[in-house]
Amino acid sequence: MPETGSIEIKDLTVRYRNKIALDGVSLSIPAKGIYAIIGPANSGKTTLLKSINRTIESEAGVSVKGQIFIDGRNTKRIRDIYELRRRIGMVFPLPVGLPLSIYDNVAYAPRIAGKHARSELDEIVERSLRQAALWDEVKDRLKSLGTMLSGGQQQRLTIARALSHDPEILCLDEFSIAVDPVTTMRIEDVLVELKNKMTIILVTNLVQQARRLGDLTCFMNMGKVVQVDETEKMFSDNPGNQLTYDYVHGVFG
Amino acid sequence: MKNHGNTKNLFAATELINKKLRAQRIVKWIFGLMSVAILIPLVGLTTCLIIRAWPSLTWDFLTDVPKQGMRSGGIWSALVGTMYTVTFSLLVAVPVGVMAGIYLNEYARDNWFTRIVNLAVVNLAGVPSIVHALFGLGAFVVFAGLGKSILSASLTLAIMTLPVIIVSTKEALLAVPLTFRMACWNLGASRWQTIRTIVLPNSIGGILTGIILQVCRAAGETAPIMFTGAVFYKAVQRGDLFPYKPTEQFMALSYHLHTISTQVPGVPESMLYATAVVLLGFVLAFNTIAIVLRTRIRNRKKW
Amino acid sequence: MCALRGPVCSFLTRLRRILRIVSERTIVSLIFLCGVSAVIFVFGIFFFVFREGAPFLRHGFDAKEFFLSPDWYPTSATNKRYGILAQLIGTGTVTLVAMLVAVPFSLGAGIFIAEFCGKKTREIMKILIELLAAIPSVVWGFIGLMVMNPLIIWLTGAPIGLNVLNAGVIVGLMSVPIIVTIAEDAIRAVPDTYIEAAEALGATRWQLVRKVILPAAKSGLLAAVLLGVGRAVGETMAVLMCTGHSINIPFDGKAPFFHVLDSVRTLTATIAAEMGEAPRLEVNADGTFPAEALHYQSLFVIGIVLFAVTFVINVTADLIVKGIRKRK
Repeated sequence: MPETGSIEIKDLTVRYRNKIALDGVSLSIPAKGIYAIIGPANSGKTTLLKSINRTIESEAGVSVKGQIFIDGRNTKRIRDIYELRRRIGMVFPLPVGLPLSIYDNVAYAPRIAGKHARSELDEIVERSLRQAALWDEVKDRLKSLGTMLSGGQQQRLTIARALSHDPEILCLDEFSIAVDPVTTMRIEDVLVELKNKMTIILVTNLVQQARRLGDLTCFMNMGKVVQVDETEKMFSDNPGNQLTYDYVHGVFG
Repeated sequence: MKNHGNTKNLFAATELINKKLRAQRIVKWIFGLMSVAILIPLVGLTTCLIIRAWPSLTWDFLTDVPKQGMRSGGIWSALVGTMYTVTFSLLVAVPVGVMAGIYLNEYARDNWFTRIVNLAVVNLAGVPSIVHALFGLGAFVVFAGLGKSILSASLTLAIMTLPVIIVSTKEALLAVPLTFRMACWNLGASRWQTIRTIVLPNSIGGILTGIILQVCRAAGETAPIMFTGAVFYKAVQRGDLFPYKPTEQFMALSYHLHTISTQVPGVPESMLYATAVVLLGFVLAFNTIAIVLRTRIRNRKKW
Repeated sequence: MCALRGPVCSFLTRLRRILRIVSERTIVSLIFLCGVSAVIFVFGIFFFVFREGAPFLRHGFDAKEFFLSPDWYPTSATNKRYGILAQLIGTGTVTLVAMLVAVPFSLGAGIFIAEFCGKKTREIMKILIELLAAIPSVVWGFIGLMVMNPLIIWLTGAPIGLNVLNAGVIVGLMSVPIIVTIAEDAIRAVPDTYIEAAEALGATRWQLVRKVILPAAKSGLLAAVLLGVGRAVGETMAVLMCTGHSINIPFDGKAPFFHVLDSVRTLTATIAAEMGEAPRLEVNADGTFPAEALHYQSLFVIGIVLFAVTFVINVTADLIVKGIRKRK
């Protein structure tokens, strides 16, 4: 069985009314490992993630051109988009604990997918919370509200929820914005552990985070891909592209 | 800058400032008194009504049927009729109104069609009750052939209460943050699953408040039921809970108050007042329930 | 997990998925149907009211006579006449008095609640105003009949207390809640930056209200008054019970002002009072209607007039309110 979780993006252009958010982006993201995407604000990073799980289509005034293939399958041809979204875990900048108990938060996606057996859910909840490094903190109060956790805990809860349906791809969008440095470190450790099991796409505005974690790094600017390369090369003194050098070394951005 | 550095004088009140502050105080008092003035009728009239109604306000008055051409007895027939119409109208208006609110807040995109629907809701809310009555007469009584009956009257009331249920549902749904929905969509939940599992459970209190407020409105309305089913008198057993069939005409509290106060000479004054007080009490009690419910929801935030 | 054998199990899962999709589709289409129901009902109201009134428009209707004649004799045996001028003026005068009562007090209260009082007072005021709004119109009518009527006779010495003044005050009180609520919203919608800038310059609260907030909230206050007018025009039970119900134009041709102590009749009250006695008669064999049928139909035409007037008022007010929201 071939490895699953590879993404192939071909000439993706996304417009919000008249504004171009992504301009002919083509990327090839290999299965497994951490794929870091860096770039200044408004460079189209978030739009890219939303395009992958097709949530972008439900926003007003958006037009999408181009194709995305996951494991060689064109996502536009997938009829059950909910199935597609279940294969992709998404974590957005601000943590969102659903107004449910911690347990129900994590069991939400499996239940939606039709799993209701208690033993199975218990197992999923524990596994996901452990993977997100939250289990030890909340195992005694799984019934309390997820929204009452601290920001850092909520972000890990969000990650646990994203992991609950055993995704092949995990996308994180600037997850550390609302999280303290210690929690950030813990989540980073989690990601390093997970990267052998799934493809992780890490969008970040912290170039050092990309440097620490990324196997490959992609630099985007103004809706275009500027450069994709081995992380080490991107952060070396000679990445081969002046713009990349300037951004990575803080000349702009 | 003569006083530069002299902090005492810098903050001392000048003639101008005193004048300004005096004007401010006076204006505040005027507006405050105006606010109190519009509330005097509420308190004053309620008290006045209750005092004058007192001799007739007994348990018997509620459970007895009108006797001697409305000049004695109670209001049971009218009370039950009002409960019937309110219940039937809610059975229709609540599902339709709540679903319409869900459509407008959760599904509708921002385009010309949605704007027309919203405009229609605003308009429906502004149509005078007597025009609703004409509509009920033309559509349900005559066209649909339901005749003058509880059904016709309830359907008319339902359409009248619909816009307010739609608007309050919309507002309750709007109070649930968009991020919750996005999180669910990203987890592979469809729109309806998201609404069912997250949005509705967290807005049900607000929706309920809107519905209770509609109970008051439906109970108090007179014009819409006048030509669609309410009658002057209908013989009913004392304390009978099921006196009317849905296809029959009925007595209603609001219409009863209108007829006995304008068309029946010689009704004891305290009976008139008591009827008004029962109607008013019914409406204000439900309103208070809605307000208490809303305050409790507001205080018990989940996020 | 699945106790059944492979093919049966996969068939069941597929069946369950199909069922889920079908039920979801059903619910979503139901939701859509309910969503557009408001449009259907608005058209329905117009259609059915028009349908009942149409024969009158085709036969006995003369726009000039209908709107400009004060002669309303729909049941006269010999000379039936359908002029609603008196009712139009009745509605107009009652609405005018109602607004004279309601607008100053409501705007004052709106300003007080929005700008001058503390949070706790505001909460209490809003609850009381909500309760005021909840009083049924028939109870207001009853109050006009039993309380205001003797009060007006006692104060003015008028022979009868059921008149423009009585109905105007009652309808004014009924319009207060909606005007206060919308006015308060409009005042609170004034951007905070305006207020902060003025406060930084040392303006007192009153100066702030007079020079900054009121000018900025002008159109919202207009919308509030318009909605109050809409409410007053459409009010039925209270005016039916308080106006005295006589067809009368309260002018004597000399003074520019009308007599507030005259009894009048409004459009709404005409429908409410006469519909019970106006029979709905079927069309004759030769396609004409019996003369008695015109009464019933003419009442529906009055309904169309009311519908049109409130439609214009509500749409205008809504456009103004929307405009404010957008700017904010």
